Amino acid sequence: MTDILKELGDRRAAAQLGGGQARIDAQHGKGKLTARERVELLLDEGSFEEFDTFVTHRCTDFGMENVKPAGDGVITGWGTINGRQVYVFSQDFTVLGGSVSATHAAKICKIMDMAMQNGAPVIGINDSGGARIQEGVDSLAGYGEVFQRNIMASGVVPQISLIMGPCAGGAVYSPAMTDFIFMVKDSSYMFVTGPDVVKTVTNEQVTAEELGGATTHTRKSSVADGAFENDVEALAECRRLVDFLPLNNRSKPPVRPFFDDVDRVESSLDTLIPDNPNQPYDMKELIHKIADEGDFYEIQADFAGNILTGFIRLEGQTVGVVANQPMVLAGVLDIDSARKAARFVRFCDAFEIPILSLVDVPGFLPGTTQEYNGVIKHGAKLLFAYGEATVPKVTVITRKAYGGAYVVMSSKHMRGDINYAWPTSEIAVMGAKGATEILHRKDLGDPEKTAAHTKDYEDRFANPFVAAERGFVDEVIMPQSTRKRLCRAFAGLRGKQQQMPWKKHDNIPL
Amino acid sequence: MFKKILIANRGEIACRVIKTARKMGIQTVAVYSDADRNALHVKMADEAVHIGPPPANQSYIVIDKIMQAIKDTGAEAVHPGYGFLSENPKFAEALEAAGVAFIGPPKGAIEDMGDKITSKKIAQDAGVSTVPGHMGLIEDAAEAIKISGEIGYPVMLKASAGGGGKGMRIAWTEEEVAEGFQASKNEAANSFGDDRMFIEKFVTQPRHIEIQVLCDSHGNGIYLGERECSIQRRNQKVIEEAPSPFLDEATRKAMGEQSVALAKAVGYASAGTVEFIVDGDRNFYFLEMNTRLQVEHPVTELITGVDLVEQMIRVANGEKLTLTQDDVTLTGWAMESRLYAEDPYRGFLPSIGRLTTYRPPAEVAAGPLVTNGKWQGDAPEGVHAVRNDTGVYDGGEISMYYDPMIAKLCTWAPTRAEAIEEMRVALDSFEVEGIGHNIPFLSAVYDHEKFTSGNMTTAFIEEEYPDGFDGVDLAAADITRVAAACAAMHRVAEIRRTRVTGRMGNHERKVGSDWVVTLQGGSHPVVIEADKTGATVAIGSTIHRVESDWTPGQPLARVTIDGAPMVMKVGKVSGGFRIRYRGADLKVHVRSSRQAELAQLMPEKLPPDTSRMLLCPMPGLIVKVDVEVGDEVQEGQALCTVEAMKMENILRAEKKAVVTKINAGAGDSLAVDDVIMEFE
Repeated sequence: MTDILKELGDRRAAAQLGGGQARIDAQHGKGKLTARERVELLLDEGSFEEFDTFVTHRCTDFGMENVKPAGDGVITGWGTINGRQVYVFSQDFTVLGGSVSATHAAKICKIMDMAMQNGAPVIGINDSGGARIQEGVDSLAGYGEVFQRNIMASGVVPQISLIMGPCAGGAVYSPAMTDFIFMVKDSSYMFVTGPDVVKTVTNEQVTAEELGGATTHTRKSSVADGAFENDVEALAECRRLVDFLPLNNRSKPPVRPFFDDVDRVESSLDTLIPDNPNQPYDMKELIHKIADEGDFYEIQADFAGNILTGFIRLEGQTVGVVANQPMVLAGVLDIDSARKAARFVRFCDAFEIPILSLVDVPGFLPGTTQEYNGVIKHGAKLLFAYGEATVPKVTVITRKAYGGAYVVMSSKHMRGDINYAWPTSEIAVMGAKGATEILHRKDLGDPEKTAAHTKDYEDRFANPFVAAERGFVDEVIMPQSTRKRLCRAFAGLRGKQQQMPWKKHDNIPL
Repeated sequence: MFKKILIANRGEIACRVIKTARKMGIQTVAVYSDADRNALHVKMADEAVHIGPPPANQSYIVIDKIMQAIKDTGAEAVHPGYGFLSENPKFAEALEAAGVAFIGPPKGAIEDMGDKITSKKIAQDAGVSTVPGHMGLIEDAAEAIKISGEIGYPVMLKASAGGGGKGMRIAWTEEEVAEGFQASKNEAANSFGDDRMFIEKFVTQPRHIEIQVLCDSHGNGIYLGERECSIQRRNQKVIEEAPSPFLDEATRKAMGEQSVALAKAVGYASAGTVEFIVDGDRNFYFLEMNTRLQVEHPVTELITGVDLVEQMIRVANGEKLTLTQDDVTLTGWAMESRLYAEDPYRGFLPSIGRLTTYRPPAEVAAGPLVTNGKWQGDAPEGVHAVRNDTGVYDGGEISMYYDPMIAKLCTWAPTRAEAIEEMRVALDSFEVEGIGHNIPFLSAVYDHEKFTSGNMTTAFIEEEYPDGFDGVDLAAADITRVAAACAAMHRVAEIRRTRVTGRMGNHERKVGSDWVVTLQGGSHPVVIEADKTGATVAIGSTIHRVESDWTPGQPLARVTIDGAPMVMKVGKVSGGFRIRYRGADLKVHVRSSRQAELAQLMPEKLPPDTSRMLLCPMPGLIVKVDVEVGDEVQEGQALCTVEAMKMENILRAEKKAVVTKINAGAGDSLAVDDVIMEFE
């Protein structure tokens, strides 16, 4: 009997070592943690329940029958983050380069199936050289199985990908279909084809970092939702994100005790909007001042800065925030910002997270670049996402809400539940200057008359009251009391129920 | 008494005057420019009159506009504050002509003291000690040596047209005078085309000490002790105190009496200040007289209990002083810190803009101890006062058009050491966000041994911070205190995280008690044990008792460690706390021992070498880029223009270099520290 127990112990010890101490040291040498260390930091201490520790591959080609490491290059199981269940897989670069075999993929599929069945998020830690070439199509089939599960799980349980090493070729499409992708600066990259192939095909000289590093994907491509300095920080921030997310689409977003005053008055917000309507201000200040404890988890902070997306809590409960940012491009809507916000709104709606929209938008960005690249359809994504969302939607217009962009930004017409406006709001088809130029074209040569017309338009429309008279704004509120108003608004919407007509699925303009 | 006065000023001093006027039952009129439409002084005053565009020369110092405002509101008197029109004899004249009282000295006194040479002459005649020197021009080295002998060494040889140190030499011996005279003369001729020279005493170990005088229009005058203002940066006072740690009673009396004599000599009638330079042997020499209320007057008010603004108003109303010299007692010690909107880490560049957070420490009045402008006996032990004179508010703005002072923070306590300690705590609890400010620098000075010992000169900042200010490293004892506090705070934050809904019953996370705190480059293993009133934190072999009511999200943590209170500013950094305490700005991480062990494996990422980059100094829009890749630029050459706050700022090359990369173009909006271009 003791021999049998001892064998378990020995086998576990061997599995723990993964690819062996030399490879572990090499991994550390690259500034990376091992697959196990990552799981350790991601989960509550001692909470990891491992599955398939002893799974090995079944390949017998190219001498693979002699190399059969326990676990087959991926560690899978479940554990808890602050006591809440999550499923996790962590690819082990020290074992056969973390390459994906049929069994490696099967292990991932197993926990994904369990995650969906039991309603818990899936967190994937990617650090893999790619398909296991020795296995040929078996490996590709494995990828396919994972992809299919990513699709099935989408909107059922949150899926988070942490890219902590290479992730290239077809492998990128699994993270691509998850809800959030986070990367580690300088030690991770993602691309469909690597620098060598790029060089052969297009003659472009590019490094892996330039082609698919964290900076590229957080600033240029928007493939990644955030980047962190190192593994430790990335894992800690992933835990912080999970604290905001519901476990699945059947449960409500989490609530936790909060140490903030629901009625907190922020008198400084009364002066947030500058006297000069063309002067920017930082919308993040408003977000920080209304959030519980000033805590804002920003998503895609480095991309399309003209719109802000992320999570806050009000009275301890998660709320998704979408906010125009006047500091960047005057907060205009364009292709990038519409895509960024649309995806965020749809995530919130899928997981019953109420949405707060903070509006200061001068309209859509004009120009051939925008039109040629399809701002019509991309802009429509955000409109569509808002219009189909059935979660509680509360909107605050702080300053400009012009034209079509006004309608898009969770207006009353897009089933906004509660729409507030600050006294500084200007809800109109366009700014007074532009409107005058169209309405009084014949007087354009006369600066005096034009000024008078502009003043007239401003007096008529550069305020929230025309919209309020029609009920398009539910109430005009004092900036300083915004937090209290929002807490009460969302509290009043806790019982909201709204159904969409039956359909197989919608046809959002992708 | 006047029924209504107008304050021809803005900012904190306008607010300060309004407070006293209100106390005296006098109505107040504020004036404001476009930039001050929402300013605090406008909100505080009973009435406010708009006087024009933001630049002071189109509003606050336009006499006609002020006169019109007086006429429109029927104000009977005007308090000019400091700066602006406060020492403008034409303004005093205009008021006199209009039959409006000037809450300040007579026009003649302003004129007499407004001229350097006249004022020195009058001072000499009134028996005031002046810097020995030869006013006339000096022909040759022989004459220079003769005069130097009369003055006494060391002496300073100065070019009449001099400036910027050119044509200036300090000589300690006859030989040095002989050599230096000719050299300075040549230098002056070359630099200024004017080789006239004069000589005066060179004051060693100079300290700036000034006497507050108060006179009425009936020939009475008293002095209210001194203020020491030696802590200056480029002739801008930064920290003032009263009394001076350097003066003895005899010197104080001599300076005070001479100051009153000078004031009387010019028929002074108001509050005024006589500035002296004092050398290491307590010889004092007259510098100038400021015929107005000084910025740093609160420290005098705190140690004398006299409301100087009230006295000024009463004197202007023709009343006699009710205080005699014998009534004036100096009780305790007062410190004043000038909070400036300037970034100490960037060479004290002005940092204007929105105060996203402005929360000063609570004011504690010394008032009850003072009755009828007099301290009633000695202040009891443990008593302190905090006073904050300010013209801004939470969400207000520091305008680029005016002095970037945010506030004057004063503390008072029975002794100098206690007043300094009060100031440290007050600075620790002063929340200013949204702009750069000098609180870290002030905190550093209050912890500087040379300052705490009182052994400073006007060269203090220049000598102690020759390369500017780059932050503070905490001493070991403070590190331990911060580590213990952070461990206790981390525990509170982590326990709350485990209380989220959706937990797996019976499988909750247990927050541990063995942690490693890392800060300022060191790691400190701690074991924490919490109980009902706080926690016991063991760091190494020492045990600390930590008590605090801090909860997550609070920007200030008030913590008692081993019975001693501390206040820290608490912010967030990824995975940890940002702690600001005593001028230090720290990232603090509290981790389990396993987390700490793994964190050790993380590569240290060195910040990029910014000396080869042009960083955007403020959030703004690139208007144009003046150079191209490959250009060789010279020191001082314009590189690009950034528009911020509607102002165009030209960024220039700091040294000769070649442009290797340009990351931004016209129209790009950049955040602070974004890299605009790189050099080789």
